[in-house]
Order: sequence, then structure tokens, then C-alpha cells
Amino acid sequence: MSVAVSGGVPITAAQPASREAYVEDVVRAFTIATMFWGIAAFTVGVLIAFQLAFPALNFGLEWTSFGRVRPLHTSAAIFAFGGNALLGTSFFVVQRTCRAPLFGGALPAWFIFWGYQLFIVLAGTGYLMGITQGKEYAEPEWYTDLWLTIVWVAYLIVFAGTLIKRREPHIYVANWFYLAFIITIAMLHIVNNLAVPVSFTGTKSYGAFAGVQDAMIQWWYGHNAVGFFLTAGFLGMMYYFIPKAAERPVYSYRLSIIHFWALIFLYIWAGPHHLHYTALPDWTQTLGMVFSIMLWMPSWGGMINGIMTLSGAWDKLRTNPSLRFTVTAVAFYGMSTFEGPVMSIKPVNALSHYTDWTIGHVHSGALGWVAFVTFGALYYLVPVLWRRKGLWSQTLVEWHFWTATLGIVLYITSMWVSGIMQGLMWRAYDDMGFLQYSFVETVAAMHPYYIIRGMGGVLFLTGAIIMAFNLIRTVKNGQPLAEDRPAGLVAAE
Amino acid sequence: MSTHIEKDAHTGRETTGHEWDGIKELNTPLPKWWLYTFYACIAFALVYTVLYPAWPSLHSHTKGVLGWTRRDTVKSELDTRQQALAPIKAKLLATPIGDVEKDPDLRNYVQAAGHIAFAENCAACHGAGGAGGKGFPNLADDDWLWGGSPEQILQTVTYGVRNSNPDSRVSDMPRFGADGLLTKEQINDVAEYVLSLSNTGTDKAAAGRGAQVFADNCAACHGEKGEGNPDVGAPRLNDAIWLYGGDKATVVQTITYARRGSMPAWSERLDPATVKLLAAYVHSLGGGK
Repeated sequence: MSVAVSGGVPITAAQPASREAYVEDVVRAFTIATMFWGIAAFTVGVLIAFQLAFPALNFGLEWTSFGRVRPLHTSAAIFAFGGNALLGTSFFVVQRTCRAPLFGGALPAWFIFWGYQLFIVLAGTGYLMGITQGKEYAEPEWYTDLWLTIVWVAYLIVFAGTLIKRREPHIYVANWFYLAFIITIAMLHIVNNLAVPVSFTGTKSYGAFAGVQDAMIQWWYGHNAVGFFLTAGFLGMMYYFIPKAAERPVYSYRLSIIHFWALIFLYIWAGPHHLHYTALPDWTQTLGMVFSIMLWMPSWGGMINGIMTLSGAWDKLRTNPSLRFTVTAVAFYGMSTFEGPVMSIKPVNALSHYTDWTIGHVHSGALGWVAFVTFGALYYLVPVLWRRKGLWSQTLVEWHFWTATLGIVLYITSMWVSGIMQGLMWRAYDDMGFLQYSFVETVAAMHPYYIIRGMGGVLFLTGAIIMAFNLIRTVKNGQPLAEDRPAGLVAAE
Repeated sequence: MSTHIEKDAHTGRETTGHEWDGIKELNTPLPKWWLYTFYACIAFALVYTVLYPAWPSLHSHTKGVLGWTRRDTVKSELDTRQQALAPIKAKLLATPIGDVEKDPDLRNYVQAAGHIAFAENCAACHGAGGAGGKGFPNLADDDWLWGGSPEQILQTVTYGVRNSNPDSRVSDMPRFGADGLLTKEQINDVAEYVLSLSNTGTDKAAAGRGAQVFADNCAACHGEKGEGNPDVGAPRLNDAIWLYGGDKATVVQTITYARRGSMPAWSERLDPATVKLLAAYVHSLGGGK
């Protein structure tokens, strides 16, 4: 069954009943949406980064103020960019690893595509108009939440239906992760957004929970949005695109089983570490911390499987654009999944909480892991989906890689310095017990780092624009594959 | 598709015999270091949950063998600090404000504690070093609206300026233009006169006409030569120090509409020791009398 592929961009070796049977138009649409929303999210990110450094950039308008634009950035990055990448790649991967077209064919998949875009637009425009539940990463109000629930259940049905009618005896590990992501996000989304609308014609609602219970539910949701949306889902992506691009078997099947179940079981309890030193009871904080520490190795299981799969194919890092991004992503994943448990330890958290360190941590995950693994997937997918021999320009991939990497380094190092400085300044006091610095002095001290962070963002955005240009060129001007092979048996070049 | 176990040439490991879209899997055992580190994390977690409050039951939770609670920790830290500071606070309250600077211990205390109290409460308007800004008096110079002696500063900080506190410092300059007390020409003339007091005027003829307007309308509060009067918070006008700006347009606007700057009564927000501390600190900023 193995397919000989050599050099250049490897082309999928799918072997369906017939290649045409796969639903690919929708995957193409998701690919375009991923690029579009990615650039939108990065642009808004650059704006709010500079708003923090130069408040005049709020423009004195409510619609462009930081408080409204910040959720626009986070939702665009997580749900629009990340979400479209997850939905698109999951549809691509599940069909090929099951050797079965999508359950229900193209129509339900198109409903999911447009339904999801509508959710994004409803949420984003709402934020700018000031419509929000005020829950981080769960800002959309009740009507948007209901709509997403409908779309998400349709997604679950299509994905699970495809798994059920698969033509392979086993379910591939990537699909375990995708399925865990879909089911858990459904549960988190529904519970955290339980609310009573004030009226059915108005946008306002009141949440079902109150006080510290509300905070706990919110961070049970918030942490597992990271765990299942940004970790499990993207591990699913990693488990397909790295072995495909490396053309090597996955390093360890046993590790994939153990780390999958350990990750799924442990992640769900780690949320309380977002509420250290708050009104949350001590016992809950303890559990949040120890479950976070136990998460370290299960998280690293994915990194080991990703990196060790390259064993025997390290040279491909030089030539394969997809692999370079996905493997760098796994390295960043390893770094931030070590940093996370460290920050959950209470004495460390006492310093890091509420500081820019947290922002840096999130972005080493978001830029280094989530975005890079997505870029890798896009560089793989576009030539495959549009039947091109390879990417339009290898040089532009180099430019993208180094620009974006430098951007990430500037971003996270400036936030480490700024965050640790901020935490130390907050807690600095003299012999008599008086604080050394006022809050505003700590803000003034962070100004230079805010500028460096903004410049890192500009570099990252520039890289993404280079990628978009290269991919559009690949579609429009790339060399087509000689002809569409009927049985999908494809060798590269 | 039947199971078809192969041997991987590069690693020497066997595959599991499954294949999806060309992807195979090796049957590599778990890395030892990974497994033992995972066990160590679990062991740490278990020990930690025995030591500290952790496992919930229906109505309570395990308290941990160390008997630690966050509430007790914070309380004991705060108590320790407050006990350590109690004598110096009592001394500050017992010492007349005018004598605070003479006592070295109190002087040190005012500098250490006053810096952060000022930064958290006063700096938002008066600036980090007390240099002020438009509409907010400079506290580091020797130009005082309501007097720069320690006693006067304490009075101002305690009760504030033009607020709802019954003991607040109060005075209202009339809105000479808006309420029709003076004509536009008179305002122009008197503005020129006021500027001429600090040698910044440009129209000597107008200033000459303004002298009489000033004597009739302004001198009662601001003094015959514009020397000001701290009893009614009337600023000195002959020193080229301006609260709202010394260009002619601003001075005309001030005379036309008047200004009503206000400050909270800090005794309503802070304890007496901190209010006194702030007064002593402000006096020490350099411009005290």
C-alpha cells in the first residue's frame, strides 16, 4: 500500500473508491476562509497591541476602543482562523483516513461552512456594537450561541457519520483527537452559555450561574477551550500532516493511545488554575494545580510523537515547507505545554497571574503552535486541493518562515520581560511594608515592551500576507498536475 | 484491509500493521523517561493533595495535614505588618502636623509611606512628582492656592475643595462674561492688565484701561497688586504661574466663564493617619512654607 514519493511537495496518496467521491469544494472554502480570517485576526491583533502602547489609537470612538476590539481579535484568532482550520482539515483528514466521503455528502458540509461563517460575523459585529456576555472567549450573546450550537451539532453528525461508515477497520489517531475536540467543545459551549434572555427580541441575557460558581464554570470552559479547541483539535491536524509530509510512520502507536486518554482525562480538571488566589476555595485551587502538573507528560506525548516521526526524514525539514512549519509548531507546543504547568504552580502563579507573562504564554501557543501547524497544513493542502505540482515559490515560504519566527520571538520574549517585571514591581515593597511602585508606574515601565510586542505582531502579519500571496499564486499560476488521475493513486512529480 | 505487520528499516521497529491514507504506525514502546516523569508528576500530585486542602466530599473537603489555609496566611502577614507599623502611626497622629518634619523617625516614615500613598491617591491628577498639570496645581513649587503651611495643607487634604463636604474649602469666582458683569471690551482690558502684572502683556493702552476694571472687580480677592489671597483660594496673578494657562485667550476664557476646580475630601476616603501622612508628604515635596 505504500506509495513512493520523492522530493518537492508530497501529494496525497489517497485511495478512495474514486477520488471524485471526496467532498473537496467545502475543504477548499475552509482553506480560503482560514487564510482570510487569519489575516483579519492578526491585523486586529496588531491594532490592539499598538493601542496598548499608544492609547490615541483608540480613536476616541466606542466601536474602536480596546475593550470592544480585543474580543474581536481573540475570537477571530481562535474561532475564525483556528476554527476554520480545524473544520476544514478535519473534513479533509476524516475522508482520507476513513476512505469514505463525508456523511451526507456536500450539502450538510456547505451548511456547516456558511453557518460557521455566519456565527463569526454575528459574534464579531456584535462585539463592535457592544453586545457581549462579558465572558472571556465566550463573549457572544444567547442568539449567537444558539446558532453555533445548531451548526456544531450538524458538524458532529457529519464527522461521526463519516467515521461510522469508514472503509478502514480502525479509526486513525487524528480522528480520535478531532472527535474529542468536537464533543467536548459542544459540552463546554452549552454549559458555559446557559443563560436566560431578557426578551426574545433583545440581545441581552443573564447567565445561569453567579459568583464564584460562575467564575469556575467560565474557566472550566476557558481552559478547555485551550485544551480541546487549541490543543486536541490541532494535535489531530499534527497527526495527519506530519507523517504525510515526512512520509514516515508515526513514532509510537502506544504513546498515542496513552497520551490521548491521559490528556482527555486530565485536561478537564485543570481550569481552576485560572482562579488561583481568588474567592475560589483552597481545595479547588489545589486540584486545579495538581491536575495541571500531571498534564505535562500527556501533553509532551504529542510532541514526542510529532518530532520522533521525523526520525529518518530530518533532511526533509530543509526541503518540505509544510514540514518545517508543523515541526517548528510542535517545538513551540512542547515549550508552552511545559510553561503552562509551571505557571499553574501557586507560588509561580502569584507572580505571573494578571501580568503580560500570561499573554506571552498564550501567544507562544497561539502563534507558535496553532498558527504554525495551520500554516504547515495550508502549505500542504493548497497544492493538493487545487491539483498543483507544488507551491508557486519556495523562496517566499522561507521568507514567511523566518519573518513569522522572528515575530514570535520578539512577541514572547518582550512579554516575558514585561510580565515578570510587572509582577515584580507589583509586589515590591520596602522594609516598612510599603509598596515601591504605584500601578501607573508599572504601566509606564511596560511601554517599550509593548512597542516591541507590536513590532513582533507586524512581522507575524507580514509573514501571513506573504503566505496568502504565495498560495493565491499557487492556485492561479501554479503548474497543474498533468491530469486528474482516476483512482487517486498519485506520486509527486 | 487486513493487518499487515512490517519491519521499519530505519528504526528496526515493527509497525502495528494498520494503514490510513498511506500513514502507518510503529509499535514503539513508551519512552522510559516519559513514563517515569509522568509517574513522578502523579506522585507529586498525590502527596500535595495530602498536605494541602484538596479532595471534596458532599459538604466539606479534606483539610490537608499541614492545616494550611490561604485566609490564615494573608491574615497573619497583614497583622504582622500592621503591628509593626502601629507605634509610628500612633506617633504621627499624636504629633502636631507642624512638628512632623522635626522628628527623624516620622520624617523617614512620611517619605516611605507617603510616596506610595501619594502615587495611589494623588498622582492621577497632580502627577507622579506632584508637578501638576492644566487645572491641577503644582504641589512641588511654592505657589499655593489655599496656603502652603503644614496646617493649611492638612486642612485642604482633609476636607478638599469645592465638594459636598460641609467643611470643604469653598470660593467661587464670578462668571464675569457669561453672567454679563463685564463687557467684552472690559474683559479684554482687564486680561491685558492681568498679563501686564507678570510683564507678559502686549497692549499697554488696554492694560491701562484695565487697571480700573481690576481695582473694581478683582482686587477684593486677588489683592490690589494681584498678590492673591490663600484665605479664599484666590491665586496670585503677578508671578507668571498659571493653573489653566497664561496666554491671552485662556485668561479671557477664565475671566468670562470662571473656573471651579475641585478636590475630594480625603477624610471621607482614607483613615486619619493616611490623610495626615499625605499632608506631611505634600509639604515635603519642596514647595511648603
